[in-house]
Amino acid sequence: MKKYLSLLLVGVLAVACMFTGCAGGGGKKGGAIKVGVVNNPPSESGYREANVKDMEAVFSAENGYELKTAYSLKNDEQLQAAQGFITEGVDYLLISAAETTGWDEVLKKAKEAGIKVYLFDRMIDVDTSLYEAAVVSDMAKEGDTAVQWLLSQNLPEYNVIHIQGAMGSDAQIGRTGALDAQFAAGTMNKVVQQTATWDEAEAKKIVETVINSGESFNVIYAENDGMAKGAVAALDEAGITHGVDGDVIVMGFDCNKWALRELLAGNWNYDGQCSPFQAQIISDLIKGNKTTSEKKIINEEKGFDAKTLTQSDIDTYGLGE
Amino acid sequence: MKNGKRNIFKGGLGQLTIPIVSICLLLLFNLIKGLITKDLSFFSIELVRNNFGNMVLSGNLISIINGASELAVLAMGMTLVTAACGGQDISVGAAAAIAGSMFVKVVKTGSSISGMKVLLAFLAACMIACLFAAFNGTLVAVFKIQPMIATLILYTCGRSIAYWINGGATPTVSSPIISGIGSFIPGVPIPTPVIIVVVMAIIFKLVFHFTSIELFTQSVGINGSAARLNGINSTFIKLLSFIILGVCVAVAGTIGVSRLGLINHETLLLDVEMDTILAVAIGGNSLGGGKFKISGSIIGAYVIQTLTITLYAMKVSSTDVKAFKAIVIIILVVIGSPVVKTWFGKFVGKYFKKNKQLAVKGAE
Repeated sequence: MKKYLSLLLVGVLAVACMFTGCAGGGGKKGGAIKVGVVNNPPSESGYREANVKDMEAVFSAENGYELKTAYSLKNDEQLQAAQGFITEGVDYLLISAAETTGWDEVLKKAKEAGIKVYLFDRMIDVDTSLYEAAVVSDMAKEGDTAVQWLLSQNLPEYNVIHIQGAMGSDAQIGRTGALDAQFAAGTMNKVVQQTATWDEAEAKKIVETVINSGESFNVIYAENDGMAKGAVAALDEAGITHGVDGDVIVMGFDCNKWALRELLAGNWNYDGQCSPFQAQIISDLIKGNKTTSEKKIINEEKGFDAKTLTQSDIDTYGLGE
Repeated sequence: MKNGKRNIFKGGLGQLTIPIVSICLLLLFNLIKGLITKDLSFFSIELVRNNFGNMVLSGNLISIINGASELAVLAMGMTLVTAACGGQDISVGAAAAIAGSMFVKVVKTGSSISGMKVLLAFLAACMIACLFAAFNGTLVAVFKIQPMIATLILYTCGRSIAYWINGGATPTVSSPIISGIGSFIPGVPIPTPVIIVVVMAIIFKLVFHFTSIELFTQSVGINGSAARLNGINSTFIKLLSFIILGVCVAVAGTIGVSRLGLINHETLLLDVEMDTILAVAIGGNSLGGGKFKISGSIIGAYVIQTLTITLYAMKVSSTDVKAFKAIVIIILVVIGSPVVKTWFGKFVGKYFKKNKQLAVKGAE
């Protein structure tokens, strides 16, 4: 009995192998480019959700792609998934790694198998010869863009409440750097610089305390939209006007749709983009519409001014709903 | 007069000595600092017109009692669970995120936002919070799993569940009714969350007054088997304490969401569980269960908030805030420990005895 069962099992496996083999061959005949994407799960954040949707939209069957995806927050699971894609024989491997280390072996195997690797959103600590290119955001540039915009407002003086994100995160370090340089140069006064660890309610408390202390301020620089919203709630309760034609300039980051709508209504002044849209750039590179000599490609990111923002900007660049 | 003083030092306020002394110390510190720097703005309370045209109270003291609202509500429920089960629920933050998400979900269905719908949303939040609380409660009361282990499950997965309910990143709602719950009702200068805390406290007081829950909970916490032998259903009492905490979680989640009209499952009431347990401990309640005082926990919540606002007002650098908080809390907890209390009681006793002897000698 056992013998027959094991024979049956072997038979089934053999048939299965043949079928997958056929399917693989069929795919190549159709000319679809096989892309394996290893990413963080969309539940991670609004940013990731938009990132995943963008990937699915660009690498669609209509555009001539066959997309395979694997989502995990854990590096070892991501490594396994990448390994799986290599065994399956994809043409391109796209990776946004959970951790920067541990990728050497897998990427070497990919290279041996002739699979081209693109990194997006996050860098990996490996030799640059192991991947074609990395399309990433430059958080420091986001901060620079925002601070340049603020300087262009030509205020008589800058008294800034700076609400930071979780200390040590890429976004916090990048977005803090540019403002810190201004504080150091004396062009702007630091009223207070506190972390709210991305927590909206905490941001509100910080601004409340400044208002209660009676110190004057005219700029709120919050390192994401949620914290800017918290800060604005504190201003509203204290009867301080904000936004376009208001006493206080409100700045946020990430370009959530609801935040851009606040801009459009004139309640906030500025929102800096952190673009999750790397798929089109990678697609252009794959199809040869675009070539690059640089290994690191900085995804161009905008800053939106409440005075020039339009509804179509919100539709194009806004995240979430 | 002397007698009264001695009673306070010897613990005349009973369990409430620690929280009251703690809050007085913090306020005294601010007073002294204010007198030295000649800036008493910490204590000023003003009536200002907010951006929606209402006259509202504002000031650090208002920020403290307003900001501590969620913590105070959670601490009330946590006190009961602690007393009955001799352990803590560490999933309250995650559960509040679930309740808050449910609240927003129901509010956002359909187009207009009416008072009726908000009430319905709150009931839905209550239901889901009680459901998860019952899950925790069953693990603890029926399967006799240690509370911290049992609630670790929801602590781990709660915020993911909240994400599923949200179905997206951070849904926002804006409506006068929602801002009425989270900030101010037009015409009322007191922040609504403060009023909610008062109402909750009154409800607890009334329930304890008209039922025997308080006594039953204490006896279950002190000795479950003895309580059972005396005819108290200890499983039911433990489960009940979790369900009451569930209602508190729903209230806290609703307040938290309504403050800004935004639900962020990752940050809503982040790390609140530890603050809640701390509030219960500062309140002089034994974390091993048994006798408890809800009022102590409420004051404990205000102690924590006073500390936070004090540090913010002093502009302690963001990287140092947590360290300073820890130092102050260690001091408060050590002062409140039985060892120091007995020692202090003895010391005060001796001092007054000496004085008495001196007085007697003087008379001779």
